[in-house]
Amino acid sequence: MIRLLLLNLFFFLSCSKLFALIEVDITRGNLDPLPIAVSPLHVDIKSEETKNLKTKELGTKISEIIENNFKNTGLFNPLKKDAFVQKPDIAHLKPRFEDWRLIKAQALVTGKLLVIGGKLKVEFRLWDLAAAQEMTALAFTTTPSNWRRVAHIISDKIYERLTGEEGYFDTRIIYVSETGPKNQRVKKLAIMDQDGENTKYLTLGNELVLTPRFNPTSQMVTYMSYFRNMPRVYLLDIETGTQEIVGNFPGMTFAPRFSPDGKKIIMSFAKDGNSDIYTMNLDNRVVERITEHSSIDTSPSFSPDGKFIAFNSDRSGLQQIYVMRSDGSNVKRITFGKGIYGTPVWSPRGDLIAFTKMHKGKFYIGVMRTDGTGERLLTENYYQEAPSWSPNGRVLVFYRETKAGDKGKGFSAKLWSIDITGYNERRLLTKTDASDPSWSSLLSK
Amino acid sequence: MNLGEKMTLNTNLKNILLVVFTTLILSACSTAKKSGIIEGDVYTGSETVEYLAAGVPDRVFFATNKSSLTTASRATLRKQATFLRKNKNLNVVIEGHADERGTREYNLALGERRANAARDYLMTYGISGKRLSVISYGKEKPVNPKSSPVSWSQNRRSVTVKVN
Repeated sequence: MIRLLLLNLFFFLSCSKLFALIEVDITRGNLDPLPIAVSPLHVDIKSEETKNLKTKELGTKISEIIENNFKNTGLFNPLKKDAFVQKPDIAHLKPRFEDWRLIKAQALVTGKLLVIGGKLKVEFRLWDLAAAQEMTALAFTTTPSNWRRVAHIISDKIYERLTGEEGYFDTRIIYVSETGPKNQRVKKLAIMDQDGENTKYLTLGNELVLTPRFNPTSQMVTYMSYFRNMPRVYLLDIETGTQEIVGNFPGMTFAPRFSPDGKKIIMSFAKDGNSDIYTMNLDNRVVERITEHSSIDTSPSFSPDGKFIAFNSDRSGLQQIYVMRSDGSNVKRITFGKGIYGTPVWSPRGDLIAFTKMHKGKFYIGVMRTDGTGERLLTENYYQEAPSWSPNGRVLVFYRETKAGDKGKGFSAKLWSIDITGYNERRLLTKTDASDPSWSSLLSK
Repeated sequence: MNLGEKMTLNTNLKNILLVVFTTLILSACSTAKKSGIIEGDVYTGSETVEYLAAGVPDRVFFATNKSSLTTASRATLRKQATFLRKNKNLNVVIEGHADERGTREYNLALGERRANAARDYLMTYGISGKRLSVISYGKEKPVNPKSSPVSWSQNRRSVTVKVN
């Protein structure tokens, strides 16, 4: 279903890192987004038509996806195309910098494409208009059906060049699609591109499914299913569609996640009313018990180096966040603020833990350092939880539910994202109501 | 101060108390009418309750984040135990549920804990654990989908369901 390696990086045209005048600081909320012009990619007249794809429109469509990606970051301001002054093919050869500066653009993206022999050949250049020079350029060849990914990969390369950080556009989000009335929800696993396109359903909705999470290569998913009324953790291969139950536990297993090397699944197992944390090694099926406490221990999340585990426990009375070594030793409570805390998720950069906080009838998504200091609440709402990190550790996606009236009227569940700066909160468009999002790694890495 | 003065004072105090008391009853009635009945944080009404047999309610209710059984819950479970002793071939599954005001994963654990609290109590009244399976649904199956303190209290429950 998902082909990860269709893309052949062909050759670098050039990469001049010297003397660039523009850069985007993403460590602060950006109130002054960088004006950028994304020229439609020039479509070579030798291009052949391919089935289900209007080759002629491809150049414009790709540029629109790039613009949309940039707009959604809140860091860039893509300029309107009707102000553009140069034809795409000429601009791609060498822009008239002063003309583009006139429309207040600071950066310019140009490109061209050719569809021939069942292949899509694309190249693009990023221009620093103030310094009047090329900043980066890349060309690659792929199958024409991959054209959306081409747009995302170009977006990633430009984002990388301008911010100094890895991008997050060539990624997918797996989530739980929700339909039907609130007390009879039908839930299916769904997967879509980060920009909401290409939605596919991975289960039929016959049984309740919850909390899907990607493995590090984003080819496998672990999730919880009530198949045959046995709530258990499952493993799903997205490509082949094969599923298997994880381990042979005589009771409910839930709250699964992968270890950073992808070799283990960490989860909770509930026995006689008590939930503890376990891991199962996917190679040799060895199960290890990590916590042994009469309280609820759940929502475990490994640090990216695999040395620590953050988890949720009510051993102090109410839900708080704890950190321990990955063997279960050295348990330390890290949340002492007002309210109760859940769903700790370690940032892929290792520096922060995202969490849900509940206080005085409100729900917050926040981040803190891994020792619990430096708590910052990013967003407050009636109900929201389950943050998941973008692969570069700059954005969180989570779900939000609305208050329901009589008979559940007015209820909805939607995906939202917010930068860890606390800026740029926005809704991710999904075909149905949605919850429990998990962000993939960069697919083209 | 003579005796007469003291008596007047007492009568006045009584009158005031009577007024306060009446007001309390009235206000309690009006909330009860509007929203069902909650004691502390635990639902004590019967709106959503079903019955395993005449006089044997199928569910008990819990306080927010708690899995301890109230006096009323224990009385209900004793009725269930009596019923199960009379119906020796009957097995049940005890469903544990949470309200929507918590994180999904914690609520799964909490539902499991609540269902087991009910199961343990039934076992102390002589019901074999083999007849009592548990399943937690966390916040996934609210009996009342409204977002209000009363419906949340109705949703914080364990429900004993006949299997065969």
